[in-house]
Amino acid sequence: MAAAAPVIEIERLSKTYRLGPVHVEALRDVSLTISQGEFLAVMGPSGSGKSTLMNILGCLDRPTDGVYRFDGQEVEALGRDALAAIRSRKVGFVFQGFNLLPRMTALENVELPMIYEAVPSAERKERARSAMAALGILDREEHLPTQMSGGQQQRVAIARAIVNSPSLLLADEPTGNLDTATSEEIMEVFVGLNEERGITVVTVTHDPEVARYARRVVRFRDGRIVDDGPGEGRGRRGRASADDA
Amino acid sequence: MNLYSAWKIAYRSLRANRMRSILTMLGMVIGVSAVIAMVAIGAGANERIASQISSIGANLLLVLPGSTTAGGLRSGFGSAPTLTMADAKAIGRELPSVRLAAPSVRSTTPVVYGNQNWSTLIQGVTPEYFEIREYRLAEGRYFTADEVDASSKVAVVGRTVIENLFGDESPIGEIVRIKRVPFTVVGVLEEKGQSLQGQDQDDIIIAPITTVQNRLFGSAHPGSVGVIIAQAVDRESIDEAERETVALLRQRHRIGSGQEDDFSVRNLSEMLAVAEASTRIMSLLLGAIASVSLLVGGIGIMNIMLVSVTERTREIGIRLAVGARERDILVQFLIEAVFLSVAGGAAGILLGIGGSLLISRFAGWSTLISPGAVIVAFSFSAAVGIFFGYYPARKASRLDPIEALRHE
Repeated sequence: MAAAAPVIEIERLSKTYRLGPVHVEALRDVSLTISQGEFLAVMGPSGSGKSTLMNILGCLDRPTDGVYRFDGQEVEALGRDALAAIRSRKVGFVFQGFNLLPRMTALENVELPMIYEAVPSAERKERARSAMAALGILDREEHLPTQMSGGQQQRVAIARAIVNSPSLLLADEPTGNLDTATSEEIMEVFVGLNEERGITVVTVTHDPEVARYARRVVRFRDGRIVDDGPGEGRGRRGRASADDA
Repeated sequence: MNLYSAWKIAYRSLRANRMRSILTMLGMVIGVSAVIAMVAIGAGANERIASQISSIGANLLLVLPGSTTAGGLRSGFGSAPTLTMADAKAIGRELPSVRLAAPSVRSTTPVVYGNQNWSTLIQGVTPEYFEIREYRLAEGRYFTADEVDASSKVAVVGRTVIENLFGDESPIGEIVRIKRVPFTVVGVLEEKGQSLQGQDQDDIIIAPITTVQNRLFGSAHPGSVGVIIAQAVDRESIDEAERETVALLRQRHRIGSGQEDDFSVRNLSEMLAVAEASTRIMSLLLGAIASVSLLVGGIGIMNIMLVSVTERTREIGIRLAVGARERDILVQFLIEAVFLSVAGGAAGILLGIGGSLLISRFAGWSTLISPGAVIVAFSFSAAVGIFFGYYPARKASRLDPIEALRHE
């Protein structure tokens, strides 16, 4: 895995917000390389810049300074539509608050990214159903988000994130609104996607339990990386090896 | 994203805010229906002018006798007996640009039938007059050229006279007395309504000019006529007919060059053109005022779209995060605005047509709904939607994804 091509290369990245007269340095000289197939947890206290990093990685935001290469392509040079195309085809987002559209059914929410790729309706439904089936929520396809539990909503959000077969899955506190048991189920889902489909997973969390699923943990403080080391890699593989023993 | 998907998204959000959508549409409904009703009223007025023009008769020239000068007092056109029956015949027969010409004398006199009496206009003419003025018969017949030659005591009677003298009876074959002279009613005129000057054109009895001159009014100058009315062959030849008439009469009256005409020729279409122009200005004005309400409706759409964009900032953020391009968001909101304006426009067309029909039925104004006005109003409402929807839609599409996602 370590020899795989880098999905993400960032060099000396900084991001400065201006809040009135105050300059907030959210990221300072961050350099990081993430290879294809990694499962990485970004940890740190709130305000440490980890969410800012996620937004930049997901092409939702632009850095103030530094270089960001996604799949070898420099992102600074791209326009808004090109960034939208990356978000649509190569990146899947999972948020703490699920961010489903409230008036749409689960199936329609999963179809959403394909609408912007102009996928024909029949194919859209088929792909959406197969993504939902993979997450075990096919029986919820006609439900509105308000009619589902938090865990189910997050599964819908994950189905939406993977439906365009992205190479990178970005999760911002994906278990922040969920109870412990559900959190574990959701993290198992990420592990499964990472291992079975080879999707690179980057998750931001401040919960050490969640971080234990990652195989690499990067710690942030005050906009800088203070630690970058291997994680426990819990989850299926961990259990599988435990079963072997 | 294809248009159908965009339409589905827009439709869903409009349905979710049903009351608001309907109220916003109402602005367009009122605007479009006002435009259609106002234009219909204007067109109706124009149509009425046109029908009045045809009730007078098309392409007419009026030849009036010259003035007398008695003791330094000039009496105005028509006071000198300079026009004759022979002049009328010559104008009708000799001039290529004149289709028909008829002499006419007129006076107002009481008419008696049984124990009823009624003062009305007695007009003495030749049969050509009916054709020139487009008098049609409701009953009976016109009098003939032979009856004119024979000074027959026959009369064709207008509707108002019949109502006042005969009531519901059929007047054909009855005898009316005009200045004690008995006239047999041979025809009843179809109703013509008011003239442009507000005169009742049905309050009239038409009889052979010879009979009227010889038996009723007499004349110090036998054979002279009050006025000659001539009809040009078509609209384009009116001016030529006028020139030819002047030339012919000058020759017939032996007026040398340098001498003044002892008659005058008037062109009736000029007067009507003025009336037409004034109603056209009125309909333009009505349309312009109604367009203001269309504009106000458009501003209403813009207002509600801006509110909608603010409310749905988070939704826009989610859409941008899953890969919506600027254009996708723009199209989505633009379609909403255009739907509001077009649906409002369609309802406004129905309301405008219904309103016009009600106005013409209950207020008695004539209205005319032109397909052109309907098409223009409809396309204008679509244009209003695009114009006033563009700014909010652009605002939505330019949102920063991060800020939109954080929006509560």
